[in-house]
Amino acid sequence: MKKLINEKENIVKEMIHGMVKAYPEKIEALKDIPVILRKDKKNGKVGLVSGGGSGHEPSHAGFVGYGMLDAAVAGEVFTSPSADKVYEAIKAVDSGDGVLLIIKNYSGDVMNFEMAAEMAEIEGIKVKKVIVDDDIAVENSTYTVGRRGIAGTIFVHKILGAAAEKGYSLDELEALGERVVKNIKTMGMALKPCTVLTTGKTSFDLKDDEVEIGLGIHGEPGTHREKIQSADRHTEYLLEKILKESDIAKEKVAVLVNGLGETTLIELFIINNKVADMLKEREIEVVKTLVGNYMTSLDMGGFSITILKLDEEIEKLLKERSDTIALKTF
Amino acid sequence: MQILEIVEKVADVINQEKDYLSELDRVIGDSDHGINLSRGFQKLIEEKDSLKDLNCSDFFNKIAMVLISNVGGASGAIYGTGLMKVAQSLKGKENLDLDTVIIASDAMLAGIKMRGKAEAGEKTMLDTIVPSVEALKQNKDKEFSVILENVELAAKTGMESTKDMLATKGRASYLGERSIGHIDPGAMSSYLIIKTICENLKVGE
Repeated sequence: MKKLINEKENIVKEMIHGMVKAYPEKIEALKDIPVILRKDKKNGKVGLVSGGGSGHEPSHAGFVGYGMLDAAVAGEVFTSPSADKVYEAIKAVDSGDGVLLIIKNYSGDVMNFEMAAEMAEIEGIKVKKVIVDDDIAVENSTYTVGRRGIAGTIFVHKILGAAAEKGYSLDELEALGERVVKNIKTMGMALKPCTVLTTGKTSFDLKDDEVEIGLGIHGEPGTHREKIQSADRHTEYLLEKILKESDIAKEKVAVLVNGLGETTLIELFIINNKVADMLKEREIEVVKTLVGNYMTSLDMGGFSITILKLDEEIEKLLKERSDTIALKTF
Repeated sequence: MQILEIVEKVADVINQEKDYLSELDRVIGDSDHGINLSRGFQKLIEEKDSLKDLNCSDFFNKIAMVLISNVGGASGAIYGTGLMKVAQSLKGKENLDLDTVIIASDAMLAGIKMRGKAEAGEKTMLDTIVPSVEALKQNKDKEFSVILENVELAAKTGMESTKDMLATKGRASYLGERSIGHIDPGAMSSYLIIKTICENLKVGE
């Protein structure tokens, strides 16, 4: 493994310090706890807290700031942050109007965020949660714990962040969050596994001419593998799956073509070229497109496509201003 | 053998086997089970002085909190919740006699099932823990060495049974059919813990 790290134990700590030193006007960190807070914290609004394992940069700290999150909690690489750390984040952002947790549907994240919510409620803080489960690769059947939460989480941060800024109550945010999550569908694939920094090993084995379809964002293997084909063919396969799962004919949508860490922008734009053409053919109007690395998986090669179906309210919130490290004025 | 020494033995074993546990997890999950657990148990060793003079309940509560804070992920939450329930069940108890251990084991099981929203048969640590708690209850009137032997055997058989199961909980569940043929890393770590406890209780019996 050839990686630019120091002591393995300090990976997350040093990353957070480096981030805060780069953007001191936007963010700050709690002392000795991997919680990144918004510098211009506003009172009189519901606090939004998200987070998860590290290794998904710029998620999640990159979305802390005006119009998005109030705090992000960083776990070890690909490991959910522990409940006590999430609890510290909740306490740090509550200004009396309650705190909304945005959780990706992964067992560890759900368990630790729920434990943190239980701890906060004992202290008299109102806490609600929105669980994002946008990944359609895994069928929602008797043999899964439901779908995973992956790149579509960015849209949830954006829309709920704008709504919180406008003064939505905790209950209103929870209801809106559930509606937004239902409207998001994502599917991804990998060309190459990632190198797990703490072990130095690749997260799974893949032959040079193979791709892994339907992967998650923690380096875990996907649902199946196949031979590599052209960008258009892979894009077509993933987007067709999404279209089959969505009810978006002649609707307005937002699109996210997300890189997993190693994929070049040339490749991502080639993919978006196909995505845009396919949606146009079906008379689906793309109101907003994001192309880039938003929810990565260390140095994994590959991408995911996310489609968010818009309604009037969601579209309006999507277009509100945001000012964070990774997403500025939409 | 003192209970704190057994905790140290368990920490040693987890530390020795961390690469093996992470490798099991690499195949069907996200490769971090061993390193996560080892980080938590190492922290326990660092803080062992603060565990010395605690009563039974506070002792398990402290261990639970150290594991929850330092392991992270699902395994920290699950093992931590299980031990917190053990701590609650031991309030006011001075000695760990067999009946008390059975009550504590049931409390632990209930905590793990609640937090993980799982049952035995779903390719998780419960497939190791449920049969070993059953074995403890069924053999409780037998000789101490026989109880230990049967508990360890039940844990081992349970752990091995996960190899042929389809994962329905945790990250391995996303693999579907591809999870079959691999031992669950959580079932293995639970087995290693139970085995180490049984072996060291034998020594100090």
